[in-house]
Amino acid sequence: MIVELGAFALILALVLAGLTTALATAGRLRLSPVLAGAGGGALIASAAATALAFAALIYAFAVSDFSVSNVALNSHTDKPMLYKVAAAWGSHEGSLVLWCLVMTGFGGALALARGLPFGLKTSSVAVQGALSTMFLAFAVFTSNPFTRLDPAPVQGASLNPLLQDPALAFHPPLLYAGYVGFSVCFSLAVAALIEKRVDPAWGRWVRPWALASWAFLTVGILLGSFWAYYELGWGGWWFWDPVENASFMPWLAGAALLHSAIVTERRGALAGWTVFLAILAFTFSMLGAFLVRSGVLTSVHAFAVDPERGMMLLAILGVAAGAAFILFAFRAPAIRSGAAFAPISREGALVLNNLFLTAAAATVLLGTLYPLILEGISGATISVGPPYFNATFTPLMVVACLILPAGPLMAWKRGDLKGALQRLWLAAGLAVVAAFAAFLLFEPKKALAAAGLGVGAWLILGALAEVGVRTKAFRAPLGETLRRGRNLPLGAWGMTLAHAGLGVFILGAVVETSFKAEAAAAVPLGGVVSSGPWRVRLDAVEVIEGPNYLAEQGRLTVMPLDGRAVERVVTAERRFFPAGGQTTTEVGLDFRGLDDVYVVMGERARSEDGQQAWTVRVYYNPWARLIFLGPAIMALGGVLSLMDRRLRVGAGSRRKTEVKA
Amino acid sequence: MRRLASLTAALALAAGAVMAEPPPAPDRPLPDAAQEARARALFGDIRCVVCQHESIADSPAGIAADMRRLVREEIAAGKSDQAVRQDLVRRYGDYVLFQPPVRAGTWLLWFGPFALVLGAGAVFVWRARRRRVEVQPLTAEEERALAELTAGSDEAERG
Repeated sequence: MIVELGAFALILALVLAGLTTALATAGRLRLSPVLAGAGGGALIASAAATALAFAALIYAFAVSDFSVSNVALNSHTDKPMLYKVAAAWGSHEGSLVLWCLVMTGFGGALALARGLPFGLKTSSVAVQGALSTMFLAFAVFTSNPFTRLDPAPVQGASLNPLLQDPALAFHPPLLYAGYVGFSVCFSLAVAALIEKRVDPAWGRWVRPWALASWAFLTVGILLGSFWAYYELGWGGWWFWDPVENASFMPWLAGAALLHSAIVTERRGALAGWTVFLAILAFTFSMLGAFLVRSGVLTSVHAFAVDPERGMMLLAILGVAAGAAFILFAFRAPAIRSGAAFAPISREGALVLNNLFLTAAAATVLLGTLYPLILEGISGATISVGPPYFNATFTPLMVVACLILPAGPLMAWKRGDLKGALQRLWLAAGLAVVAAFAAFLLFEPKKALAAAGLGVGAWLILGALAEVGVRTKAFRAPLGETLRRGRNLPLGAWGMTLAHAGLGVFILGAVVETSFKAEAAAAVPLGGVVSSGPWRVRLDAVEVIEGPNYLAEQGRLTVMPLDGRAVERVVTAERRFFPAGGQTTTEVGLDFRGLDDVYVVMGERARSEDGQQAWTVRVYYNPWARLIFLGPAIMALGGVLSLMDRRLRVGAGSRRKTEVKA
Repeated sequence: MRRLASLTAALALAAGAVMAEPPPAPDRPLPDAAQEARARALFGDIRCVVCQHESIADSPAGIAADMRRLVREEIAAGKSDQAVRQDLVRRYGDYVLFQPPVRAGTWLLWFGPFALVLGAGAVFVWRARRRRVEVQPLTAEEERALAELTAGSDEAERG
């Protein structure tokens, strides 16, 4: 019964979303606040109906109702409750309902936003309703999660056990909040084009949505990356895999959007460009959904590979993005470009930021789609992987990072580059010292890695220097500095944190990539594998029984080579899930300060003298902690900026919490 | 104890069922540390030909182990990194390298990003030059008014 209710609610949500567009459009054309308000109300009701459908789906998973095909295919009675619930968004159908929930939820929040002018608000609600209609129709007609099975199986087929992991349970909701949150930016951009009005106020409207979406996406990608790091058991955290790229493109476009919206808000400039980015960010989100769900690209974690659904998604992408870009092409020339500015200015710095972020996004796009396009055109097959991105993406980002600290120290309109550099000389000097120190201290000596560390240090020190300048640190009495620090708007602290967080990430990424060590050997009980400054001894192997798996659990002791740190015991497992017949690894992670000692239990083997042995892999990942800490700091910066009073006017922070719920 | 034995049997059986082939022997690193380091660096750039976007450094597949052995053998035989790559490309095609070749068909891929930065940068500079910023110095009176307005609140003026 509840399942039927869910199915009904999903259809109701679709009807309400369609109604939203009809009512809001009529309201806009007849300038009727009543009709427009009804449109907004329909979108809120659609969000409520989608939430009901989603709740019904979660309920079906929680009680293991295997008469529902989606539950039977993706769940199992032996699964722990958290993963039964999380399985509701672990499949194509369920995750699509989540997608629609975020879309209508953010849309409902948009409808509740106060202070937006009538035209912009009504038009954007209409556009958001149209987007929701397309995706809800896709869910109802091709991917209905409530389809019944008759007869119902007694047991489910279980979800891919790789996904049975806390990080992955929360990864999709956060990722989607980011991905789909950009749909509001898209709707506001299209509405601005329809209204032929892009002014600083519009920049202010779009920014909180972009900030919230970007912060969600940052945490979502972070969790996904952390999951890949410790669940796949490969010791890596980013593989430039097409699906990872699919989430990274909207992130880059969103980061560019955040920055260009500042220029539009503060100076009225770059208005057309900001509109373009707002459309682009969500276009990348839709492209990502298409790439992941259509199976056109092979990837470790592509799911629900189905060409027919892929065609539908491609059609939605084509209609939504196509219409938006055509509208943009016709209306953009009429957008006033706002106040002029000199190349050396805050605006100029932000233009450079946008230039590099957009080029980086284009690089990721090219690298992801090129093999596909080339094969389609010439039949030649190529692979694009880490070496390509290291040669293209990385230098672009390095240049962007070198410029970055100077940007916030520039004045609007016409900046003083010499003045900015004078304030940064200490940070620059210390960064160079850090690079030299890194070159001398890290073994083996790697000049490029040392330079990379210098870049990371430059970002962190540059961010600190900027706060120092604003608060007159060391130049005014301490009390004065503290007072100025307190008075700095949250947005300023948010920016400082986000930029420093990028630096922290770079430090971790550079050191981990350059100085990690890996060793593997088949060892009997008592055998030792050495990696970097650590030795790992296999003490015992036990067979244990989990809720829905069997595992061989190794107990291993991590010992320092030089004897200067304490020994610690970690457990690593190799799990077998009878329901689906898959094997997974549970990595043993020993956190040593910033470093990880990462232990993987492998298959049984025979050692050289014929003894029973196990393959043990040990990775030494120096500074790996910073790789995940950095993006967390960046997201925190985004949240701080979002809480800034200046953004709260009209576009309240209250709405963000509603969407999360 | 019997339960444990049956579990162990189930695990062993399962392991057999999951992998149609016997588990590959763990890699035997090359005795020469420098050669082994070169081999490892190469593994990351070579695609496991039956896998989904995995390098042979990461893949647990049997063929990845075979490819690793092949690379190690060639390096031990004194071949350069470039020669090893060429051998692999001869055997499996361009597809096997994560670094696509630079040729007419991939110019856009390789040079597109940089062309975009240079092109867009040039357009920006050209437009900025066309629209010179006229900044009139403030009159003494305006300066005074400005100082009054911003007194004590200059830190609020942030972006």
